[in-house]
Formats: sequence, C-alpha cells, structure tokens
Amino acid sequence: MQGRKLILLGLAACLAGSALAKQAKTQTPVSKTAPKASKKTGSSASVAKLAAPIALATAASATPAKRQPVIVSDSGPEAQLAKIFKEIEGNRLGNALQLTESLLQQHPNYRLAHLIRGDLLLARTQPIQTFGALNGAPADKVADLRAEAVVRLKGYREKPEANFVPRYLLQMQADQRHAIVVDTKRSRLYLYENDVANGGRPRFVADYYITQGKLGAEKLAEGDKKTPVGVYHVTANLPRQKLADLYGSGAYPINYPNEWDKQQGRKGSGIWLHGTPSDTFARPPRASDGCVVLTNQDLDAVAKNLQVGLTPVIISNSVEWLSLDDWAKERNELNKTIDAWRADWESRDTDRYLRHYSKRFKSAEQNFDQFAAQKKQVNAGKEWIKLKLDNLSVFRNPGKEEVVVVTFDQDYRSNNLNNQMKKRQYWQREDGKWKIIYEGSA
Amino acid sequence: MTSTSLLQPRFKQLKTLRALAIGLAIGFAVPAFADNLPEVQRLIKQGQYPQAMEKVDAYLSSKPKDAQGRFLKGLIYTEMNKPAEAIAVFTKLTEDYPELPEPYNNLAVLYAQQKQYDKARTALEMAIRTHPSYAIAYENLGDIYAKLASQAYDKALQLDNANAATQNKLALIRDLITTSGKGNVKPSAAPSAGALAAPAPTVAAKPAAAPSASVVTSTQGAASTTPAKIAEAKPAPAAAPTPPAPVASKADAASEDVAKAIAAWANAWSRKDVKGYLAAYANDFNTPKGMPRKAWEAEREDRIAGKPGKISVTFDEPKISVSGDKATAKFRQHYQAPGLTSSTTKTLVFVRSGNKWLIKEENSR
Repeated sequence: MQGRKLILLGLAACLAGSALAKQAKTQTPVSKTAPKASKKTGSSASVAKLAAPIALATAASATPAKRQPVIVSDSGPEAQLAKIFKEIEGNRLGNALQLTESLLQQHPNYRLAHLIRGDLLLARTQPIQTFGALNGAPADKVADLRAEAVVRLKGYREKPEANFVPRYLLQMQADQRHAIVVDTKRSRLYLYENDVANGGRPRFVADYYITQGKLGAEKLAEGDKKTPVGVYHVTANLPRQKLADLYGSGAYPINYPNEWDKQQGRKGSGIWLHGTPSDTFARPPRASDGCVVLTNQDLDAVAKNLQVGLTPVIISNSVEWLSLDDWAKERNELNKTIDAWRADWESRDTDRYLRHYSKRFKSAEQNFDQFAAQKKQVNAGKEWIKLKLDNLSVFRNPGKEEVVVVTFDQDYRSNNLNNQMKKRQYWQREDGKWKIIYEGSA
Repeated sequence: MTSTSLLQPRFKQLKTLRALAIGLAIGFAVPAFADNLPEVQRLIKQGQYPQAMEKVDAYLSSKPKDAQGRFLKGLIYTEMNKPAEAIAVFTKLTEDYPELPEPYNNLAVLYAQQKQYDKARTALEMAIRTHPSYAIAYENLGDIYAKLASQAYDKALQLDNANAATQNKLALIRDLITTSGKGNVKPSAAPSAGALAAPAPTVAAKPAAAPSASVVTSTQGAASTTPAKIAEAKPAPAAAPTPPAPVASKADAASEDVAKAIAAWANAWSRKDVKGYLAAYANDFNTPKGMPRKAWEAEREDRIAGKPGKISVTFDEPKISVSGDKATAKFRQHYQAPGLTSSTTKTLVFVRSGNKWLIKEENSR
C-alpha cells in the first residue's frame, strides 16, 4: 500500500509563510516557513495550478531573515491541519489519516477534514491527483474547502509579529477592554487587549478564522453580499435562544452603516458577528451575506471579551501593521491635533478654530459655510469657553483614504451655556493636515 | 444539485464482487470426524442450511473448540441471513484464534453489509496484520476504503447520498485456508504460503448476478469442494533450492527468455487478453488449491476480461534462476485496477516446453 503519491502536498507546500507585519518604513523581513514550495511545484502539473495564485501572494516578501517570536493562543484546528499537511508532504499518509480522524473526533462536522480523509482513503485504492480527488466532485465546493485550508494554514503560519500592531488601534478608551480587527483577505479575526498598564498599547490575544460575504468586502448596497469595511462597534448581544440555527451560538450586531457610511451613501443593514449553523463546523471563507461568521467555539471564546456598545470592531480588507514606534508616533500626532482643536475652540478665535475643519465638512444638518457662520455668531457672544475631553478613542479607518474616527465625552462650559455630550468626529488628512470632515453626537 | 450524477461513477468500482470458496483447504488431519465437515460443506453448497447446521452442531458438541466447525457455523448463519449470530460466531473465533485472518475477513463482510464500514475496516486491517499476504482482505479493504472515502466526500461536499443503498460486495471467505491455528488446527510447515495466487485471482468466481445480488446469494460457482490438497500448503520455497547459474551463457539466454515470458504474460494480463494470458500457463499448471483447470480458466477470464476499467500489471526487475528446463522467477508485481492497487512478491516457476517457457506454478506473498 505504500509508494503512492498524494499530490495534496501541493497545497501544503505552497503555503510558504510570509509573515504578516510589513510596513513601509520598518520592512521587517521574514522567514519562509516552507521553502520547499518551489521545488515541489515541479512534480506535477496540478500542483503548479494550485501553487500559482498563492505564489503570487507570497512572492512579495521573499527576503529571508530571523523570525520574530510569535504568540500562539487559539485552539482552532489550524495546528492539526498543519501537521496533517506536513505528514502528507512527507508521504506519511497513514499518520495523516490518523491525525485527520482524530480531528474529526473533535469536530465531527468538519467538512474540510472529511474531504482530506476522503482523499487519504481514496489514495489507498488509486493514485490521486489533486485535493478533493473525488471523480466529478462539485468544483465549487471543493474550491471552498481548498480556500479554507489555504487561509487557515496561512493564518497559522503567519501570526502577527511581536512589536507590530494594527494601525487602526491608535487609542482605545480606558474602559474598552478589547478590540477586534478583521482582515477579510486573510479570513482572520484578531482579538486585541487594551493593555492599560502599558499606556493603552494593543496586546495581541488570539486570532480566529472567519467567513466574510460571498462577494467579498467593501459593502455599498443592500443585498450586495459584501462585508462592510470601517470602524464599528458591537451594539447588542442576541442570545442563541432567539436566533435561527444559521447564526449558531450567538450574534453580535455592529453599527453598520455608521455616520461615515451614511455620508458616503452606503446602504444596507443587519451586519452581525455570529456563529455557525449546526450542520457544519465551519463555513467557507466567502459564504455569508455580509456578516462576519466564526465557528461556534471561536464565537464563544471571542464573546467573552465583547462589551455591548463599547468593543470596537474594525473591519479591513487587508490589515496594515505598524511597528510600536510608528504606532506611538501616529498616536501622538493625532492626540496633539485633537488637543489643538480643543484649545483653539477655547480661544474663541473662530478662524483659528475653523482651520481644523475641511471645506468639505458636513454634519448631519450643515455644510461648512453654514457651520462657520453659526460658529462665528455663537462665539461672538462668549466671554469664556472651557472644554474638556474624556474617554478619548482614536481609530484609523481602514482604506486608502487617510481617515480617523475620534470619539470622546465632551464637557463644554461657557459663560452662557454648559453642555455634555458624546461626540464623534471623522478627521481626514488633506495636504498633510488633519481636518474634520464630519462631526456629530455619538 | 449535481450529486445524483456523481454517484454512478463512484459506486461502479465497488460493485466488484469477490470470491467465495467452499472448499475446505486445510492441510491437516481431522482424526475422528474427518468426514463430517465435508458433508457440512456439501450441504451448505446445496443450500440445505438447517441440515448443515444440524450436522455442524453435532460435530461441535464433541469438539466445541474446533475452529473449522465454528467457522462453518458462522458461514451457515451468514447464509441463513442471521448476521447477528454470524457476527457473534466470527467474533468469538477472532478472540480464540487471533492468528486466523478468515474470521476477520468475514466479520468485515458482515459489518460492511450493515454499513458499519469503520468496523469492517478495523477487522480487515487485523486480517492483514495477521496475514500480510492475504489478498482477499486487501481487495476487500480496497473496497472498504473506497466506500469510506465516498462517505467522507459525502460529508465534506454535502452530496445527496440518498440512493447510495448500493449493496457492498465483499468477498466472504468460505474457507479456513490458513493452517496456523491452534487447537485442532495443526500448524504446518509453511503457514499460509501459497494459499493465495495472484492478488486478483484468489479463490472463487464472480457471481453472474448484477449488483443487486448480495454477498450471501453469490455463493454458487464457488471453487471446488475438493478438500485440501496437502501439496498446496507447501509450495513456497520454490526459489530457494535452485542455485544461481553462474557460468553458462546459455543460462543467461534462458534467463532472458524467461524475462520475456514474464513481460508477455503481464502484458496480456494488462491488455485483458485472456487468451494470451492463459497461453502463458503450462498445461499441467498447478491451479490454486487444485481447482479444475476449466474452473480456474473461467475464473481468470471473469477476473480479467470481466473486470470493469483498466488493469495494469507491471513488475520490478525479476530475479531469475534457471536450472535445466526449469526456471524460477521472483519479482515484485504491481497490480492496479479500479478499486484495487496492490503490490505483491510473486514467484513464478517456469518449465521449458519446446522453445517456450510456460508457467507451472504461481505463488504470491
């Protein structure tokens, strides 16, 4: 029974790891965990087919170097899958089958593991050429499972590097204990802790496989089957008992469309983080109508850290990572900018104050000119203004445009009016300067 | 869903029906009731199961431990469609005689009928562990793996498996071939050697019935009832005694001819050229377990021409020793057909007949 080549190894071999954190300036080179990829691809045409798209993805960062220590904390099937593919690669198919079967004991509804098991069993009766070797297997389903295998193994091999943080988490307010960052391209959710003792530095806790919308990210319209990209937060906790089976062990709606989305004319609703239906352990990387879907065990683990109304959920196409130094720099720059805005408001010099606002500024009711006119009028009647900002949070909005979302409790006092509110602003960098393009109550 | 169309090709490879042999091929003497068991077998063959049961029970009352008797009892239960009782008998046999592969094999067949493929797999793997050369178990295991693979695919890809009721066709062993038992099973010089021929040919015939035929009904046409040919138990050492012919270039030429004969034989087999294949055998070829030449030919034809899909038979560089008009070739044979891939070590003993080398004996391990 030996001597049979299982070309599944193409999949495993091709997943050469390129690490996650690479930012323009600090371009930390990374090691390749599976440098065999190129050698193996020669062995068969089908491997080459499989390899091609992945090779493209990893080609960018081929520089070898020392690997940073990584934190591994999630308990998903990634480690077992990685082992299984390693055994397949080494043509130790018996071991691979054993490992697959023990994985299935843990997760009896794990379709990917069933597929691998099918391949390994079939390989005992005939040589098989590819992943999902069943004759006439529905190509879309096989492709889904292959995609899941690829992203899971990549996720497993490419943990965020120590000393790098997602660019979006510039400042959390003290009572936000955790933040969630989703990378739709990688099908990955990263859980960060607000390390208050360390100056509010985000600390990596765990990462999880996720499913996004069938048609990808950057939601624009109702029913477009896409996952929104932006800065959101959890707005509710819908317990399992109230949910259809589709949502699995629970659901956490987020506030899509947010103020910015509405301004941009983005439509749709009902974007949730939720679990997985009972007939499967996991769903393919692209399968939802726009929700972010976790396995039930992962949702349960993440849910422990969610605070309704507080926990930020930042969804990105492809997470940008900053070294801690760069992160601190960006954070300081923004904190200074925000404080300058505050001070200029207190100064009652309306022109100085209005310098912080973009000409394209819009609030819910006013454009820039209306806003400027009103401010001039109001400030004329002021003898003094005291402004205090508390619970400040600053999150960078994912995407090409440089936008940050700033939220705080505003305590406004003046000779003729006192007012407390929770305010949210969107700042955009215009010609190198941060300007407010939206503000309103949060 | 596209699934319905998928099932067809997948199950094709499972419909291979395998071998049932009735003959009691045990090469040992059963002193007191020697004549009883062949009688039981005759009754089984005639489908007279209650009578067969009566006889075997009578036999077992005086020899309750007897492996042969109990094995036949398990068979009778199987034939009477009493799988629970049959499973009990064969399970007990595997406990008392863990070195016998046949009870494991039959257990696997029964489990497979009940769609308990994981149990079937375990049993077959046990059969192979005890007897690594056990071809029927390999073939059955191939089917079980395919079946399990198909189940796994169904789960992975959510295929609609509604009409997968296709009966599983595994070969029930009707015969305790191995002679390495304890109790009254007397160990013989070469345990299990030579009991099996090529991987495909094993014992028995494929029932004419279509896939609907169950394992149980497919008994007729089985191999000879002729009890044990003792000679069969010890054909193994074929290659050993012949010293390699060192000098003679004549021998070298002969070696070459033998190698060509092997190639032609494997080639005919691969092409499903039954005529060419059979022509490679001598008239006095030692058929497996001494079955009649005609029956053997029919079986081979069925197994080769009747096999759906492609057959490929290849072999590694043979070791050939020639001694006069006799030559022994030992090589690794790779057999591949839908549902089965196997590699076996094969020994062919050739005799010279005119300018041809013909196969006189065929053994695999």
